Amino acid sequence: MHASVRPAVSVNITPSQTGAIGRETTTALPMRMNVSKVNFFYGPKQALFDVSLGVATSKVTALIGPSGCGKSTLLRTLNRMHETVRHARLEGEITLDGQNILAQDVTQLRRRVGMVFQRPNPFPKSIFDNVAYGLRINGSKLPISEAVEKSLRHSALWDEVKDHLHKSAYELSGGQQQRLCIARALAVEPEVLLLDEPCSALDPISTAKIEELLVQLKDLCTIVIVTHNMQQAARVSDFTAFLLTGQVIEFNATPQLFTTPGDARTEAYITGRFG
Amino acid sequence: MSPQLRWRKFVSGFMLTMTGVCALVAVSVLFFILGYLVYHGGTSINWSFFTKLPKPVGETGGGMANAIVGSAKLLLLASLLGVPIGFLGAIYLAEFSASKVAFVVRYAADLLNGVPSIVIGIFAYSLVVLPFKHFSTLAGGFALGLMMIPITLRSTEDFLLAVPRALREAAMALGASKWKMIATVIVPAAYRGILTAVLLAFARVAGETAPLLFTALGNRFWSPGWNQPTASLPVAIFNYAVSPYEDWHRQAWAAGLVLLGLILVINIVARAVLARGIAVPRA
Repeated sequence: MHASVRPAVSVNITPSQTGAIGRETTTALPMRMNVSKVNFFYGPKQALFDVSLGVATSKVTALIGPSGCGKSTLLRTLNRMHETVRHARLEGEITLDGQNILAQDVTQLRRRVGMVFQRPNPFPKSIFDNVAYGLRINGSKLPISEAVEKSLRHSALWDEVKDHLHKSAYELSGGQQQRLCIARALAVEPEVLLLDEPCSALDPISTAKIEELLVQLKDLCTIVIVTHNMQQAARVSDFTAFLLTGQVIEFNATPQLFTTPGDARTEAYITGRFG
Repeated sequence: MSPQLRWRKFVSGFMLTMTGVCALVAVSVLFFILGYLVYHGGTSINWSFFTKLPKPVGETGGGMANAIVGSAKLLLLASLLGVPIGFLGAIYLAEFSASKVAFVVRYAADLLNGVPSIVIGIFAYSLVVLPFKHFSTLAGGFALGLMMIPITLRSTEDFLLAVPRALREAAMALGASKWKMIATVIVPAAYRGILTAVLLAFARVAGETAPLLFTALGNRFWSPGWNQPTASLPVAIFNYAVSPYEDWHRQAWAAGLVLLGLILVINIVARAVLARGIAVPRA
């Protein structure tokens, strides 16, 4: 069923040729975010080297690569979560809708670029209050209970929880908790949703549910997903970037990257020779 | 069974018994104290103990209403001073301070915690009693409040730091500013621990006598307002216990029982409140 959601346009974009992907592809596809020439440091240690890539609007972009390649670091720069780490430093430019995110108010930015983490991390509150949290702290004018229902429907959790919205979020299973976290992130209607290995703590059935969900969510927002699971990237994403030792080795439409990789290292990784 | 195995089993059984006995001793101390208090003080507890003032020497009967109210006022003042300072200081330490500052404040709080309570009493005496030229509820509450600060601060900080990083990240990723994250996620996630810490500090100072000797002094009558010497349960226990009168001794036991009972009731009520709401599961 996922095969039907492949991108209609076939774009061949390689960062090594262009530096910034966006430039070449804006004509074909609108870009929600653009990362250009980003270098990232944890103290003296450099984690990202001259990373450039574009995040296409209403598509799923996957970041793959072996552990420690910098894919989570790159993801966390997109809503500036890296700033919670001491001595972290970023050089370069990242834009959202053409505006530099590094110059924006960080809380405003994070309302527009939501995030779901590796392990489900619901608040010690009821299911309802978890989803309502973002709306409440942002002083949203929307009717909260309607927004909560809408988000829970979007994350395919509504039917399972509608009769016990006021129970503790911790009474849900791990997969349900993760979908609750997705609903919580969706409630503030972000333009971009970042997912950091969202299925790594889940069983195969819960994983399948979340993958199905991601494909549907494309209509609502742009998605960037980090995964160490190549099959998952192939199933859910429209574009895939392969990272290795802090560099983007190859960035292409997902079918192309997996069927005709342009770089020997990409081929070695996706055929399982390392990683 | 080889002798070696038999010896091992014996040692294992022996140690198990010892640990059990020690646990039993630890618990029975509490029950022994409780039983002793009930045995000696139970008969002197009646309605007038809670409602009447002490009788002059030689007359039997009377009560400690003034000491009960006095203790309540002192503890109220102490909590008003110690809890907010300890709590807000802990938030600064856990969430905002540089590690060097935190180290210094933590160390100072630990030292303050170790200062003998009688020294706190002398300090409050010179700071509050001398300038105002008389002993008062205010001075007593100040001394007790000082003692509550480090206990509240250190344990609150520990509970704040124990809130998982994942919850902080979740709040920040939703666009919460730092203070909103603290107010809506971190403190609610840690509030059980914080309340336990506050209770511990409260119970600790509720029984303090030494700092009150120089500050609240004691009073055989009602103490109107906040600016007069006041009776309190611990000081009343001290004065009655060292007196030569049999009747006063019984009343001292009764006061001890009341003091313990009050702390117990507050503890149980607070725990009942704590049992509601949602706790962060242990990882």
